[in-house]
Amino acid sequence: MHYLLQQIVNGLQLGLIYALIALGYTMVYGIIKLINFAHGDVFMVGAFLGYYGFAVYHLPFYLAVVIAMIGCAILGVTIEFLAYRPLRYAPRIAALITAIGVSLFLEYFSSLKFAFGPDYRTVPRPFTEIHWQIAGTTITNTQVIVAVVVVVLLAFLQFLIYHTKVGKAMRAVSFDHDAARLMGINVNTVISATFGLGSALAAAGGTLYAVAYPQIWPFMGIMPGLKAFTAAVLGGIGNIPGAVLGSLLMGQIEVLTAGFISSNFRDVIAFSVLILVLLVRPAGLLGQAGPEKV
Amino acid sequence: MRKIVSEPWFGLVIAAAIYVALKLAYVTGVIGPYWSLVIDQGLIMTVAALGLNLIYGFTGQFSLGHAAFYGIGAYTAGLLSKLVFHGSYWGFVLSMLAGAAMSGLISFLLGLPILRLKSDYLGIATLGFVVIVKTALDNTDLFLPAAGGARGLTGVPQLASFDVIFVVLVLTVIFVRNIVLSTHGRAMVAVREDELAADAVGINTTLYKAIAFTIGGALAGLAGGLYSARYPLLHPSLFDFLRTFDFLLVVVLGGLGSITGTLVASMAWVFILEGLRAILPQTLVDWRGVLYAIILIVLMILRPQGLMGNIELPFLAAKRPAQSRPAEVTKDAAIADH
Repeated sequence: MHYLLQQIVNGLQLGLIYALIALGYTMVYGIIKLINFAHGDVFMVGAFLGYYGFAVYHLPFYLAVVIAMIGCAILGVTIEFLAYRPLRYAPRIAALITAIGVSLFLEYFSSLKFAFGPDYRTVPRPFTEIHWQIAGTTITNTQVIVAVVVVVLLAFLQFLIYHTKVGKAMRAVSFDHDAARLMGINVNTVISATFGLGSALAAAGGTLYAVAYPQIWPFMGIMPGLKAFTAAVLGGIGNIPGAVLGSLLMGQIEVLTAGFISSNFRDVIAFSVLILVLLVRPAGLLGQAGPEKV
Repeated sequence: MRKIVSEPWFGLVIAAAIYVALKLAYVTGVIGPYWSLVIDQGLIMTVAALGLNLIYGFTGQFSLGHAAFYGIGAYTAGLLSKLVFHGSYWGFVLSMLAGAAMSGLISFLLGLPILRLKSDYLGIATLGFVVIVKTALDNTDLFLPAAGGARGLTGVPQLASFDVIFVVLVLTVIFVRNIVLSTHGRAMVAVREDELAADAVGINTTLYKAIAFTIGGALAGLAGGLYSARYPLLHPSLFDFLRTFDFLLVVVLGGLGSITGTLVASMAWVFILEGLRAILPQTLVDWRGVLYAIILIVLMILRPQGLMGNIELPFLAAKRPAQSRPAEVTKDAAIADH
């Protein structure tokens, strides 16, 4: 029982980090219907920027997180401008392929020796670790910090999307590009803002990931990126609460499979659940299925 | 002239010419063993990519599951050839066919429920299937120690020569061309263009999606079988979801729904990948991945419709009916458009 509780706590930590990545996928998909395969690599860059901040330049941890977020926001906006905007009105698949190209670019460029280098790096803890025993389960201050940072960012995102002008514009553009443009919204700016926001969240996720699972390398973003994307689809892609719900489920599925069955099979269970859920609800748990006949 | 080049037999003449040229290059040593491996890799890649083009390019079903069927075919054929037929030649042929049949069967069984999903949802579900198959291949040694599990499968008789691979590719091209130009092929294109409208004119959309998915999967399995008999190590990591993107890149870069495009793009893809290794000086070899990524992005931005768009070589395309008067038709269409 204690073991189960402990696994659930660990799963929550993983799920919360997935949520930060999944939000970027889901917002970008919601607004331009693009699976941004490069997002997992933006997450990787965020992890490295955070690592450089607190471990190499010894900045305070939270400042390092903010710098990583700003750095990745700029990266995200640049990627959108260079690789996706020229293809805005091309067939959707073309932008998907450039997304794969950008993903490869970030991975291989980061592996170059003058960039981050091809090797694994061990991340030192930015703060001394404290363990608390609560009801027989161990909770670390890392887990608490992850939870607090994620909840604060989610609250901020909620505020931004539902209570600011930019948020309103984002919702309008995701609803209908042309109508939004007719209402005087600068669609390109809004799309850039979405990329910046999503990338900043991924950077925060990356830094937290580097602290919680202290080993980073240039190809680290592939699997978490795929998982987070899967989580976003599980919850209903384009839907923000869905992304969070899907991520929390994904975290639990993975950790519980690893804890009770075998860590070899955690991806199998995760994707089997995805396929089964999609067969019952073709647009994900919280997604709205279109009027199409199935 | 136009008439001759659009005759199907002219395509065979071209294929024969390419075959003779490559064969001469091998015999005279212009192409060494390394580049012959690269060329064979490209040819095998093309067989699988044609399968994906049938699924995605012609029928419009966004599948990211191709690496799984490639892997299933490779392991089925490889294991049969190694454990059952012990390197006999007809056994090798049988195991190729068995690999293709196995992949086709599994893609049929998977396709029936999963093809109800649309576009990106279908993509991610099939991608999930790749992850599942990869894990299964990683753990094959739990029930069949000879399959090697995560250590990989070695010792498959290496019976797929250049000639075999070339002939299989030519047969595949003919096969896919004939499907695409048949009634069934028109039905598949109709499903791609507008599923509802296709349904409304009496096309059984589910059936045609399943047919395309099954044939495409079987072609991936056939290519996998060839791979197992040409390259001495089969490793589960060769069939993970990154490999799926290779097939997708080739099909999209070539042009969705263009057989010619797939042929051109898969050879170009293999050559860029390997050619950069040969051309770049030692100090810049690390930049290979970066350059490859940049080429990919730039190509896609310059040619969003793919290298070939939907242009076909004349002998792969449908023949134009003799009595039609294209000039007038275009004029009418132009008026109707405005």
